[in-house]
Amino acid sequence: MSQTSDDLDVPRSLSGLGGWLDDRFGGARGIRLLLKKVFPDHWSFMLGEIALYSFIILLLTGTFLSLFFVPSTTEVVYHGSYTKLDGIRMSEAYQSTLNISFDVRAGLLMREIHHWAADLFMASIIVHMLRNFFTAAYRKPREVTWLIGVVIFMLGLLEGLFGYSLPDDQLSGAGLRILEGVILGIPIVGTYAAFFLFGGQFPGSSIVPRMYIIHVLLIPGILLALITAHVVFVFYQKHTAMPAKNQTDRIETGQPFYPYFLAKTSAWFFFVFAATALLATFAQINPIWQYGPYTPVAISSASQPDFYMGFLEGSLRMMPAWEWNFLGHTVSFSVLIPFAVPAGIIFGGLLFWPFFEQWATGDRSYHHVNDRPRNAPIRTATGIAAVVFYGVLWAEGANDVIADYLSIPLYTVTWIARVLVFVGPAVAFYVTRRICLGLQRQDKELLEHGLETGIIRQLPNGEFVEIHRPVTEEERAILEAKRVPALMPGAGAGAEDENGVPAPQTSGALGRARAIANRAFAETVVVETNGHGNGHGPADEHAAVGAGHGELPSGGGDGEEPPAS
Amino acid sequence: MSDMEEIGGPEVPERPHRVIGTPPPTPPLLGSGHEAGDGGEAARHGAEVEPAEERLPSESDFPSHANNAEKIVAWSFLLAFIAGCGFIAAYVGLEVHSLDATLRSNLALGFSLSVTLLALGVGALIWVRQLMPDAELTEIRHDPRSATKDRQAFAEYFAEGTGASQFVKRPIVRRTLMLATLPLAAIPIVVLRDMGPLPGTSLRHTVWSPGRRLLVYGTNQPITPAEFSAPGGMITIVPDGYQDNQDELAKAAVILIKFRPDELQIPTSYNGSTLVGTMNWTVDNIVAYSKICTHVGCPVALYEQTTHHILCPCHQSTFDATTGATVIFGPAARPLPQLPLTTDAQGYLVARSDFTQPVGPSFWERG
Repeated sequence: MSQTSDDLDVPRSLSGLGGWLDDRFGGARGIRLLLKKVFPDHWSFMLGEIALYSFIILLLTGTFLSLFFVPSTTEVVYHGSYTKLDGIRMSEAYQSTLNISFDVRAGLLMREIHHWAADLFMASIIVHMLRNFFTAAYRKPREVTWLIGVVIFMLGLLEGLFGYSLPDDQLSGAGLRILEGVILGIPIVGTYAAFFLFGGQFPGSSIVPRMYIIHVLLIPGILLALITAHVVFVFYQKHTAMPAKNQTDRIETGQPFYPYFLAKTSAWFFFVFAATALLATFAQINPIWQYGPYTPVAISSASQPDFYMGFLEGSLRMMPAWEWNFLGHTVSFSVLIPFAVPAGIIFGGLLFWPFFEQWATGDRSYHHVNDRPRNAPIRTATGIAAVVFYGVLWAEGANDVIADYLSIPLYTVTWIARVLVFVGPAVAFYVTRRICLGLQRQDKELLEHGLETGIIRQLPNGEFVEIHRPVTEEERAILEAKRVPALMPGAGAGAEDENGVPAPQTSGALGRARAIANRAFAETVVVETNGHGNGHGPADEHAAVGAGHGELPSGGGDGEEPPAS
Repeated sequence: MSDMEEIGGPEVPERPHRVIGTPPPTPPLLGSGHEAGDGGEAARHGAEVEPAEERLPSESDFPSHANNAEKIVAWSFLLAFIAGCGFIAAYVGLEVHSLDATLRSNLALGFSLSVTLLALGVGALIWVRQLMPDAELTEIRHDPRSATKDRQAFAEYFAEGTGASQFVKRPIVRRTLMLATLPLAAIPIVVLRDMGPLPGTSLRHTVWSPGRRLLVYGTNQPITPAEFSAPGGMITIVPDGYQDNQDELAKAAVILIKFRPDELQIPTSYNGSTLVGTMNWTVDNIVAYSKICTHVGCPVALYEQTTHHILCPCHQSTFDATTGATVIFGPAARPLPQLPLTTDAQGYLVARSDFTQPVGPSFWERG
């Protein structure tokens, strides 16, 4: 290596390849900063890493599988190692999947790791997303990171669906048939879309090779780009921080990337990989040789898709028959609504929530310290309601299995789900909001009176009192991390000014809706504390409500605290 | 990673505790291993950017524990090595090509791979937790927003550039450019046209035609009413000549149900949009319905003899077989179409005609 540096002392780490590269690309200063970049320590930050490492495992095992898989529906007669299917007509896709399982060494292991990693990818994305939602990590400046995450989640669904449909076994073929039926139900263009996608009538011979290229190239390519952007944005904008002593919006505390985080995250990668390998070894998944090759004539009962498709399957099962015929055309709501509405609510809600919250709170400031879920009752209650909504749909996706295991009549299960899908989220919203406010009240007790020690003392006058110990500095910092959005001008009780004219933000139907949302977000339990020192304004004027129940009637202009800045 | 091994290695003499906030014990000699991450760069630039107390300690927090930890880490990595070799040995040594052999191979390969990965993970974790001294750095967050003057400069230059391009000043250029891109944007959609044929009326017809025999699915044998005489049974039927044609079977698959006399109420069926009696479509209390669910097309494969309910296992649409497969529960909106039956000269069951309405899921043009 030629060394052209004019430095007298060439550091050893730059004397070899590093120096050669630095001579050409410069980078030493920037890469040093990257190596020293701070990574905060919190268990919940490892959820996204599970998704990232599952994706890497998927790329590795998927590449291996693609060496042996034949994406073709050409019909062959099987004479392979799995003798139970000897002489059976099947597609080359199914035959090659059998060969991967029984004739390629480590093929079965790779298939199962691939399938488990896909399930883990989706599961960890869901949990990661819930963590980010309930702690409001999506707030400015991280909205784009959030949006990319939601798109990754949606593409992951599609990628998984196409992936498990490729082997052309009986179970996945039934899934494709359902997909075709749903596409046919789309008004005006549905029939054409189905014929173009399947290259003619179902099943045809085009769908497997088409899904294959989408599954191994198109979607993974987009996912790779999106995941890269997602991770780069996390790097660039830095992690959020959990509320803690001395934690402010201005600092980030943690261990440097090199060597600490590098070692820790490598260990985590190995653990995630080991988890998928252990599952693949000891927990069989998708034994396609038991399902048999696909034929549109047959089906096995209790057919369930992979878990991440379950909520769509459940909404299809839940829907009552509803179809319109008019002017010689058919609109099948029993297919349209189950696919469009739940997916619209869940994905649309995820995409729009950060902007809805900004609109409702009027909060345009940067946020780097996460919220505690209890401190934002409306957000937390909405999130739990969405989880219940999703959960009911998901459970209904296995209504036949539930009916079987619990010995409940099948139709009863469906009727329970039909009711629960509306009632459940509403109850969950109400209960969660009450729990959040209750927890806030408990926090208020802690801040104002300290922790109950369980020590009872008798006073000279005979009265018994319990000794309270003041909260520690660390506890106090977490308790006082509450930031409540300010009420907008005009959103409170005095929605109109003295002349009865509403404030400009709250005029019109949209404005009134905004005022309602704003009041909901501003709901809180006021703490009579001098800890903040900045509780001026309405909060102080309402000192009287602090007695045991600080929750304020909605519509009151109280409960306000200064917004986080 | 090779640099890392020098940090906190056993050859470092025992010192009491980590040294955050104190200058490094030795001058930052290049290549001493102390500044593996910083290198000489820290000496030149770092001091200006980062405060001196941000230096990493080079000593383990508990040197006495460190030696134990080092052993555990080394044993972990050794175990990973052995298990990794075990994987290769299992790959080379264990054959597949049968169910049992594959399961043995899968167990050996999966277990050795898992142990390798677990041991690597455990080793790395103990290394970072027990060997590396605890260090916590604090960074200042900078708001991503650009400085106001930079924003202004950007806006100014952008306006300058727009002016220089004449894009605003000359609307004819702007509008023709937009016009020019329209077909370009449509082309990616237009070229998808040949992905498949137009549907035409193909969803309205199946291969059933007058006189086409019903074959029993599986055996592919024709069947006479006498052979299907036990009431309560349901069998799957495929059309003669198309028993292996998946595309046609996806529409033409049929279920055959035999009833006791009087069980079968006058089944009704639609001919176009008019309701017609279809009792003359049955032969000897045998009825044929399309097996393709009118919801999203799953095969309706479950039949309950006592209630005469046909159940689709996918979404539990339930049809009453005695009344023309009318829907009694579930998301399907229409009865299963009935196939008109008769017998041919040899006494075998044959179709009297095609279905009189489209089978399978609803579609826009269905009417």
